[in-house]
Amino acid sequence: MIAEAGLAALWLAAALALLQFGSGVAALRGEGSPLAALVRPVAVVQGALALLAFAALLLVFAQTDLSVKLVALNSHSAKPMMYKIAGAWGNHEGSMLLWVTVMGLAGSFVALVERRLPERTMIATLLGQAFVSLGFYAFLLFASNPFERLNPVPPEGQGLNPLLQDPGLAFHPPTLYLGYVGLSIAFSFAVGALITREVGPAFARAMRPWVLGAWIFLTLGITAGSYWAYYELGWGGWWFWDPVENASLMPWLAATALLHSCSVLAARNALRAWTVMLGVVAFSMSMVGTFLVRSGILTSVHAFAVDPKRGTFILALLAIYIGGALTLFAFRAATVTEGERFAVTSRESALVFNNVMLTGTLGIVLMGTLYPLVTEAFGERVSVGPPYFNPMSAVFVVPMLLVLTVGPLLRWRRDQLARVRLPMLIAAGVALTGLAVAISLAPGKVLPIIGLALAPAVAVASLLPLRGRKLRQVKLPLWGMVIAHFGIAVALLGMAAEGAFTTERLVALRVGESTPVGPWQIRLARIEPVAGPNWTALEATLEASYAGAAPIVTHPQARMFWAPVQNTAESALLTRWNGQLYTVLGDKADGGANGGRWQLRLWWKPLVTLIWIGGALIALGGLLALLGRVASDLRRLVASDKIAFRRQRQGR
Amino acid sequence: MTEASVKRRSWALWLPLVVFGLFAALFLWGLVRTKDDTVPSRLVGRPLPAFDLPAATDGKPGLKHADLADGKPRLLNVFASWCIPCAAEAPQLARLAAAGVEVEGVAIRDHREDLAAFLQRNGNPYHRIGADDLGKLQIAIGSSGVPETYVIDGKGVIRYQHIGDITPDDVALLQAKLKEAAL
Amino acid sequence: MSRLLLVIVLALTLLPSVAARADDTMPPAPYAYRQLDDPKLEAKAQGLMETIRCLTCQSQSIADSDASIAGDMRSQIRERIAAGEEPEAIRAWLVERYGDYITYTPRVTSLTWPLFAAPVAILLVAALLLRRRFGRGERNGGPQA
Repeated sequence: MIAEAGLAALWLAAALALLQFGSGVAALRGEGSPLAALVRPVAVVQGALALLAFAALLLVFAQTDLSVKLVALNSHSAKPMMYKIAGAWGNHEGSMLLWVTVMGLAGSFVALVERRLPERTMIATLLGQAFVSLGFYAFLLFASNPFERLNPVPPEGQGLNPLLQDPGLAFHPPTLYLGYVGLSIAFSFAVGALITREVGPAFARAMRPWVLGAWIFLTLGITAGSYWAYYELGWGGWWFWDPVENASLMPWLAATALLHSCSVLAARNALRAWTVMLGVVAFSMSMVGTFLVRSGILTSVHAFAVDPKRGTFILALLAIYIGGALTLFAFRAATVTEGERFAVTSRESALVFNNVMLTGTLGIVLMGTLYPLVTEAFGERVSVGPPYFNPMSAVFVVPMLLVLTVGPLLRWRRDQLARVRLPMLIAAGVALTGLAVAISLAPGKVLPIIGLALAPAVAVASLLPLRGRKLRQVKLPLWGMVIAHFGIAVALLGMAAEGAFTTERLVALRVGESTPVGPWQIRLARIEPVAGPNWTALEATLEASYAGAAPIVTHPQARMFWAPVQNTAESALLTRWNGQLYTVLGDKADGGANGGRWQLRLWWKPLVTLIWIGGALIALGGLLALLGRVASDLRRLVASDKIAFRRQRQGR
Repeated sequence: MTEASVKRRSWALWLPLVVFGLFAALFLWGLVRTKDDTVPSRLVGRPLPAFDLPAATDGKPGLKHADLADGKPRLLNVFASWCIPCAAEAPQLARLAAAGVEVEGVAIRDHREDLAAFLQRNGNPYHRIGADDLGKLQIAIGSSGVPETYVIDGKGVIRYQHIGDITPDDVALLQAKLKEAAL
Repeated sequence: MSRLLLVIVLALTLLPSVAARADDTMPPAPYAYRQLDDPKLEAKAQGLMETIRCLTCQSQSIADSDASIAGDMRSQIRERIAAGEEPEAIRAWLVERYGDYITYTPRVTSLTWPLFAAPVAILLVAALLLRRRFGRGERNGGPQA
């Protein structure tokens, strides 16, 4: 019953999206069409119905209603409630439903509150949003119905992959989704602006909160995903340049560029066509990412039971939306003038440089991810991995970070470098000191050395925009920028330190034996069996003592899940202010011979946590900027309402 | 922007669409191609490397590269008792052996008693079985899994590599490859 | 995206499923889980192992995999490094057997040069597009049209 209600809500929502699209088109064609008044309310109801459908899906998962095929395939009655619910979006169909739900809600929100843009542009934007939603509704209803029933009803569900039974699943995917979908709103704004040719500061200000919001969620999602992979995979790596990871990084890079070009457009009415272009690119990267992950065309993904039919559907949507938007761009952008000019030394130039470098990085990631497919088309298989991605992206990222040290200090339109000589000298001094220290500490490791030298310089420089200001009067968006840039430095320091100073120790220990790893001394105290709700495990008790201090106990496990049957290594981490001890229990060494020695994999990773702390700071910076922007928008809205009210009272 | 500058930059406006078109074409190709995840050995057409493996089981001698260069083409079967497809291909190997094909075995990471039980269960088409406990020969001949079957000609040159278990349909193909190798 | 991480984790962690499929019970090769005593040699070996693809998992380096063939390769690499071989010679030896697919370091060939030309091309296109954007900031920033 609940499943049918959910399906009905989904159909209704799709029908309303069609209505929203149709009335939008009618309103744009015939000036003053009564249908124009329909667009906003329909958008609101469409979002509400999508939410209803998603709530129905959550409910059938919470109840473990095995007559619903999706539940039977992905859930199990013995699973903890949290993973039952998270299981609702831990699969293709459920995640697509989450996608349209968030998209519908975002559309409702835009329809309810956004009043800055000319109404024609707003209708064009909501029309674009409905058009995008329609494709996803079609995808859900015709090719991936989450509410399909099963007959006969199986006695038990197949369970969720044990690797996904982790708090990470509850948090990470919806976060990335919100980011992807936020970019779809930015895309709709870009399309709306292209249709009506209204590209200007007002457009940038209306689009910016959505880009910021999407970007915050993408940042959080990538950060969380990286940390999840780091502790779950049991090999101590935090970024593998895997195609699927790259698929999440590319929209982030595009959104970061868009964020910066938006601020140029909002403040100076320049980079108009480019900003629109980035709006299209950012969403197309989300769709390309979705396509790569679900079509299974890249090697990374083949392990997963992907349906090529889904890939075809997404590719068709990609071709319609992105191809359509780019065609529109080609026809319309010539009439969108580039806007104000600026000198080589100016805030605008620094931001243009940022955009070029981010786009360059995006190009490298895209190229490296897809090139194996290209060579395969020519009958040759190659692998592109970290030895390509690291130095090639550094080609763009390092100059960008160098410019980041001065860019925020420059004035709009025209400036002199002489004016920022002192800050530049400070940053250069810090960088050179850092370089000397890094070379002496980690000789020969080129990229980590560059990172160790740059990180402190960027950290110091990121705080310089606050110099000479009364901190209480500094506006939230400026705080946001300072904190986000500082976060970049923090994350960079973490990455560089991890690369330069990690100590690895692979040992086979008997119970009672000890081994050193970095400054730690680890003793294998005992190995015992333990049982969880749907797994059993061997658990090691390790006594870890840092530089002779009292030992801290930690428990890595080798888990055996039984629904479905799979073994996983649960790493155990000990976090100190200056790094993390990473411990993994492996198999019995020597196949049980030699009196029972156990394989242990141990890492001491100095400062590694800064990677994710930095990511969180970047997101926090985005949040502050968003709050600042929204607050000032609201103030403006209230003020203009008051004026309108007063005028009305005075009889105009 | 002046009229002239609009014209000058018009190519740039179409550039994104063109680039996107290329990507879309690549994606489409990626979807329609038949995906092949096997990693073929590059040593096909080249002589076997030198090796000398001890006997993997009682009653059958070990295997060294000289055994495979005595003028007669034969099959080199890389297998293991713990590998399920290896049991599935056993009847086909038996058929080949019955048809007069010499089959040599390389047992990967196998215990003697497990291997003996496997041969007991599935038959023993092998002349010799070498024990490759550390996968050394496996890596040296570019094999990436079990089972794999190589066609070796009379001079010890690898002529063909079959990846995965030998299905009944593959038997004729292997016989043809053996015939080719005999020429 | 839910699938995104789902697949990240799955793709990266083929190790347990591979181990389940190929359940050989032999002990791992001597240097599969044992480091070389000389830290310099171990670092050399580690650097190589991190850039060699695990063939059974197809989405991880052999340094990050529990698959037994990955363990065998690690063991061989460590032994050969200890015997004085250079990492690049071992890489070449593996490429000779498995092709370029096995190494994460793409070589410059007639097929892969665009990978390496990409940064230059990107910068060139950017320079071309930006050629006339700058300058004349002193025109008081008036609109161009």
